[in-house]
Amino acid sequence: MVNFVLRRLVLAALVSLTVLTLAFTLTRLSGDLAISIAGPSATQEDIELVRRSYGLDRPLLEQFFAWVSRAAVGDFGESFFFRARVSDLILERMPVTLTLGLVGLSIALVVSIPMGILAAVRENTWVDRVVQLIAMLGQAMPGFWIGLIMMIFFGLQLGWLPVSGTGSWEHYVMPGAVLAFSAIPALTRLTRSGMIQALGSDYIRTARAKGLSRFSILFKHALRNAALPVVSIASVQLGFMLGGSIVIESVFALHGVGFLAWESITKNDFPVVQAVVLVLAVIYVGLTLAADMLNALLDPRLRG
Amino acid sequence: MSLLEIRDLHVRFGATAAVRGADIVVERGETHCIVGESGCGKSVTSLAVMGLLAKGAQRRAGRMAFDGIDLQPMSERQLSRLRGDRMAMIFQEPMTSLNPAYTVGSQMAEVRTRHKGGSRRAALERAEELLAKVGITAPGLRLGQFPHQLSGGLRQRVMIAMALMNDPELLIADEPTTALDVTIQAQILRLLAQLQSELGLGLMLITHDLGVVARVATRVSVMYAGQVVESAPTAELFANPQHPYTRGLLDCLPVPGKLPPGSQLGTIPGMVPKLTEDFRGCGFRSRCGFAQPACENEIPLTGDNHLCRCVLAQ
Amino acid sequence: MKKAGLYLGIAILGLITLAAIFAPLLTSHDPYAQNLDIRLSVPFWMEGANPDHLLGTDQLGRDYLARLLYGARVSLIIGVLTVIVSGVIGITMGILGGFFGGRVDDVVLFLITTRLAIPVVLVALAVVGLLGSSAVLVVLVLGLLLWDRFAVVARSTTMQVRGLDYVSAAWAAGCSTPRILISEVLPNILSHLAVVATLEMALAILLEAALSFLGLGVPPPLPSWGLMIAEGRDFMFFSAWVIWIPGIALFVLVLAINLLGDGLRDLVGDSR
Repeated sequence: MVNFVLRRLVLAALVSLTVLTLAFTLTRLSGDLAISIAGPSATQEDIELVRRSYGLDRPLLEQFFAWVSRAAVGDFGESFFFRARVSDLILERMPVTLTLGLVGLSIALVVSIPMGILAAVRENTWVDRVVQLIAMLGQAMPGFWIGLIMMIFFGLQLGWLPVSGTGSWEHYVMPGAVLAFSAIPALTRLTRSGMIQALGSDYIRTARAKGLSRFSILFKHALRNAALPVVSIASVQLGFMLGGSIVIESVFALHGVGFLAWESITKNDFPVVQAVVLVLAVIYVGLTLAADMLNALLDPRLRG
Repeated sequence: MSLLEIRDLHVRFGATAAVRGADIVVERGETHCIVGESGCGKSVTSLAVMGLLAKGAQRRAGRMAFDGIDLQPMSERQLSRLRGDRMAMIFQEPMTSLNPAYTVGSQMAEVRTRHKGGSRRAALERAEELLAKVGITAPGLRLGQFPHQLSGGLRQRVMIAMALMNDPELLIADEPTTALDVTIQAQILRLLAQLQSELGLGLMLITHDLGVVARVATRVSVMYAGQVVESAPTAELFANPQHPYTRGLLDCLPVPGKLPPGSQLGTIPGMVPKLTEDFRGCGFRSRCGFAQPACENEIPLTGDNHLCRCVLAQ
Repeated sequence: MKKAGLYLGIAILGLITLAAIFAPLLTSHDPYAQNLDIRLSVPFWMEGANPDHLLGTDQLGRDYLARLLYGARVSLIIGVLTVIVSGVIGITMGILGGFFGGRVDDVVLFLITTRLAIPVVLVALAVVGLLGSSAVLVVLVLGLLLWDRFAVVARSTTMQVRGLDYVSAAWAAGCSTPRILISEVLPNILSHLAVVATLEMALAILLEAALSFLGLGVPPPLPSWGLMIAEGRDFMFFSAWVIWIPGIALFVLVLAINLLGDGLRDLVGDSR
């Protein structure tokens, strides 16, 4: 177990370091950063000034190590556009994105687990087919478009929910539902196949031979085993949701990290962009790590 | 009244007949062995009694009664009240028959609390007693262990102990030793035989091993191609086999001193027929030296105490 | 029943492809021609529709049907090209890792893990944002980001194929490694890769639409469906059809590709 955790930690660190390098390289793609920072109306002197003050005149490798050593302690420098520390900006926006992601994941789980169970219990009946059809339709819908349609319907026509902003919990319902949409097909399919596998297993036959109630067979004995892969995928999906929140946040004007990243990209504010890429990647790595640990806790066979 | 009475049981999976005439009576306190090769329908028969047939199986029977209670009209819910309480079952695959996610203690205790109520603590105490009874050392420790921490032999002992949690009257054991090492097989069989006589269980033991039958059975039923072809008290069957299949089966047994060294054991030529929906008559006729046109008709199981399903016996 | 999905998918995808190829024959309108006099005229099923513009016009008076038909070209071309780029990268990596195992496989697995940690939409937006939007760049960026599933599937299927007799026989016959990889391994895992290709094509089309929607995909005035939704956004509360039409087109196209993929998966007998 200790060995397993250590190996995962080393892998996580290596992945983070690679993403760090990529994030740095990404921002150097556009050629001379000083020109883009200084803006279109800048004179040659302005550009030189920018270049010196941001350390862009130093060798690339030196810039890289300077950035890495500061990023490692959470110092991502200063935003050009917002004139604030990048770490403060991200911390300030993170609660919105995290809330959105968690709301999205909760909705996805609440919808997909019962649907998956239902489809498995009624395997190869019309119920199963309807569930699979719903999953397939959901997978084909572009999230931002569903968001807009929901805005028209629930926001304008019915007037139930606010169409943008972050004032109350109601602001998170629609964007959360849209994010959930992206995760529901995968989670439903996984729950379904896991339950079908569990229900066909020998230990379920034993449970039936023991005369246990249908409830206990389904929820205690089958679901417990079917849930293991769902836990892994759920955390991965949460990672994808946080990464994908950039689209939904800009649709609903939620001022989270995704929206911040989008603003920064359009403003060429590269310290923010590379920091957000890095932070989201590290969160994803952390989530998969947590899922592995949680699985080890849930599955006695992995505990060794 | 017999403990278990099965008359003319038929089970079909789609167009394939798995069981097409099984008659088995298990009396209180006796060990009734069902023998036959793989695919002869012996496991399906036992699953049919417990109501554990896979989805899509069609079952019908002349009579199927446990302690005089007709099992056929019972709903899944009513049947589940009986299963694990008055009739219990253990299976062939001890490695996969326990739930990997729960401890031995928790899986044993739930059978008790489900049927008899009472506290979990009392159920766990009972589980510990039974683990000791089936010969498991340090039963208190085992209660907290997970299945993957136990060997196959230990898991089968756990399965047996679990089946005994509510003092069942009938225990069905479906090839309980097939998946185990030879040395462990003997231990488990001895344990089953000992528990059977000690607790006065009606034991329905399914096996393909005639050696096992000779040692433990009170009565034997031989199944072939979905039918019970012969049923008799053990000594009578070994001494005086009636059905050509039973005779062939006994000829395949290596008995020391019976055959001169170096000579070959008997074999039964041919293959088991494919049991389609419309298959009628004796399933053994294509391999039988005594086959005659009448074998293609339905043949009843005849006899009083020694039953046989063969045109020659009539 | 299952086959029905496959055929339906092929039929819809075929129709959309034909519509894209023969767009100039299906409409006489130029998708770029503006006519500010007839801005936002409504489609045929609504009151006061302009019979000349079956699906109405957009905020610049461009014919919506023409933009929709030409937009199918953008989606399909970007989808196919992205799959080619990502397929070449992912399949190469997967086959190498699966065939050689050991250190090579460790590196491949590490690259897959790293790639999964990178937020696709964000990085794609950032690259397009920094280098300026163009269709070529969208293809390159998505191709460089969406190879993971190709690699995973190519790797695991190669591992299975590697152990089979005919591969051992090819070894024994003294065939060179590249020859074995290309003529023995690749053909045997292609069916599984075809399933991945459909999934990735659907994903690439959705992502292109999302990037274009955020203004960092293909540049206007190209008729991308994502871009059409973005441009219609300001008018959606009054003229909802401006986002319904391209959205449904996108939905139907992606659904058709997914139906095709699911059907293929059943044919291949793959449960993934």
